[in-house]
Amino acid sequence: MKTLRKADVVIVGGGWTGLLMAKELGARTALSVVVLERGVPRSTDKYADDMDELDYAIRLRMMQDAAQETVTLRHDARGRAVPLRRYASFLPGSGVGGAGEHWNGQCPRNLPDFFELYSRTKEKYGVNRLPEDHAVQDWGITYDELEPYYTRTERLLGLSGKAGNLRGQKVEGGNPFEGWRSEEYPTPPTKLPYFSALFRDGAKSLGYHPYPVPAATLSQAYTNPDGISRPPCVYCGYCERFGCMIGAKAQPTSVLLPVIEKKKNVTIRKGAWVRRLVHDAAGSESRVRGVTYVDATGNEVFQPAEIVFLASWTLNNTRLLLLSGIGEPYNPGAGKGTLGRNLTHQVSFAAATAFFAKPLNRFMGSGASGMLLSDFDGDNFDHSQLSFLRGGLLEARNTGAHPIGEFGEVPHRVGSRWGSTWKKAGIEYFDRVGRIVVSGEHLAYKGNYMDLDPTYKDRCGDALLRLTLNWRENERRMAELLTEKTVEIARAMGATEVNTFPGLRNYDSRRYQSTHVQGGTILGTSPESSVVNTHGQHWQAANLFVLGGSLFPTGGGANPTPTILAMTYRTADAVAERYVKRPGPLA
Amino acid sequence: MRRRRFLTISCTTLGGVLVYSLDRKVSLLSANEKNKDKSLRIPLRFFDEGEALLAAAAASRIFPSDVSGPGAKEAGVVIYIDRQLAGPYGSDRYRYTQGPFEDAPAEFGYQGKATPREIYREGLKGLTGFDQLNAEEQDATLERIEASVFFSLLRQHTIEGMFCDPMHGGNADMVGWQLIG
Repeated sequence: MKTLRKADVVIVGGGWTGLLMAKELGARTALSVVVLERGVPRSTDKYADDMDELDYAIRLRMMQDAAQETVTLRHDARGRAVPLRRYASFLPGSGVGGAGEHWNGQCPRNLPDFFELYSRTKEKYGVNRLPEDHAVQDWGITYDELEPYYTRTERLLGLSGKAGNLRGQKVEGGNPFEGWRSEEYPTPPTKLPYFSALFRDGAKSLGYHPYPVPAATLSQAYTNPDGISRPPCVYCGYCERFGCMIGAKAQPTSVLLPVIEKKKNVTIRKGAWVRRLVHDAAGSESRVRGVTYVDATGNEVFQPAEIVFLASWTLNNTRLLLLSGIGEPYNPGAGKGTLGRNLTHQVSFAAATAFFAKPLNRFMGSGASGMLLSDFDGDNFDHSQLSFLRGGLLEARNTGAHPIGEFGEVPHRVGSRWGSTWKKAGIEYFDRVGRIVVSGEHLAYKGNYMDLDPTYKDRCGDALLRLTLNWRENERRMAELLTEKTVEIARAMGATEVNTFPGLRNYDSRRYQSTHVQGGTILGTSPESSVVNTHGQHWQAANLFVLGGSLFPTGGGANPTPTILAMTYRTADAVAERYVKRPGPLA
Repeated sequence: MRRRRFLTISCTTLGGVLVYSLDRKVSLLSANEKNKDKSLRIPLRFFDEGEALLAAAAASRIFPSDVSGPGAKEAGVVIYIDRQLAGPYGSDRYRYTQGPFEDAPAEFGYQGKATPREIYREGLKGLTGFDQLNAEEQDATLERIEASVFFSLLRQHTIEGMFCDPMHGGNADMVGWQLIG
């Protein structure tokens, strides 16, 4: 195995978190930084050639290739896991920019009480209201501590939105339930699609408080604090599963890469498939010495480093630590170990598919143009008389209807899925249907976790990650009530017919939900109950930091990227300002 | 080496065919009197002619040509499916295909070993004579296999072939896109 020259910093993964850390350290320190990305190079100016639905949205060109590596799934610890032979319920990205290139750019913040879920619930409803096998715990950082980092994130992305709570003052038109924010969004809300306007009016008529989706798809030209200028969105409808060809959508290649490319101390190495983190013998004082990877030509390479950042997304962060033997694997039966615990997946589903008499101009839109409603999120509604905790956001967006993926959704009464009647209805309703989607919180449970699969291997012969994951009554009941409320809104919008979500049963790997899978290397305040401290620093190796959704101890209703970036900024500050001067555990 | 295989179709059955040539001129062979005996030979990459006729007939029942507009026949869905099966998708280049292959409940996704090519080859065997049936008999036949993996692929690929970018071989003359505006 070839050993390369030592780098000060190695970052595993070139997505949102890895590249944000590379930008921060590249700009603020003289450290040599090497980013290892196993996928291909990407750049915003190349995306103009790629607006092909079949290749990108259906065959998933930008996603990780399941033939090389996938995960296995079972519903409970007694079951036998089988591989997800194609990714479907979540879609991990690959290539420079990662999933940040093909996201929709919806950017709500998490609610303040989300960070203190255990204590706040205990305080308000008593600890007995938490489900029997819950694994809910506080984050160890509060919303107030994170607020300045949220603000920095929003400036970085140029978010388009409307504040609802400015330093404690309620603001008309924004989200009245949001945590306080220190300033207004950098840019005003995006244009509102017709379907979303119907939702706004319908929801208001029922006394709810809809507000514009905080969007990373710019409403107007914007220059961020790094001097990166981006044009406004043209509502072409190619966000999700595509890179933005004009860079109006904040994506790592439009927001971070141009800054990084000017820094001589940062290198991005493509095609580098990391297999192990190399560390000194286990123990409380262990250190990571670097990483081994297979390069684009198939050669195994050792890259030594002084500091290692693991930024390879939720599942691979957990898997690489398991494969490397760093930390104690979680064992729910024995109640031991922390690595792999608290696996969650945002509870996301189309609660109401609403059909209208008038066309909706669905071809026009962006991934984040539309309306949200937080009246049923978190603890914004009283749960004393309900049989579940928490809730979710309701959203009505127009993301640009693509013909293959969207044709054929017809009212249930049509009764067929092929043939003349179905075809006629498909044509009639193609532009007369809209979905109201729920994004709900997923509590952590002792029985939902990750470990290494005993049977299935990846292309290198390394064990696949095994997910043990299923819904519980809390999510099922929450989905039931939120579906009911959503259907009421759809009726108030003037829908002539509504297809209703049939309900959550077992976790279904075939239905796309969201790519918001969280947990595995959770943060916390003690090594007994978490893998890393609140800076993402590993309890057993002070020179190893983990970034991303794998740090979340519970799953949020709000989409996680703003919180993930805010936490990455916080870690960057701690490393650049404190760790570099005095390496060791950060308080 | 095997001889190239073609799907031979007459202009009349298609109601007209667009022909592209390398001089960048597009000509339309319309289904009028003058062209009524003209036929096109389209090279096949995966199907043999018999299979192509069966797949085309089945796709035409899923997305029929009728009063609400053109369907799978006019869009050239069978050509699209043939191209897809011949390419990396057809051989499962991007699917995890390591064993063991275990049965699992439906919510774990397709767990079979068979590739799309194999599923079609096998599925079309079960449709022998299908293209000779009348429409009612054809629908009854498809209803019997509605729950099969083969049918779900055929349905999905028919929609893809109706609405994909024409560069993939389907949606000829953008008839699918014009249907939905």
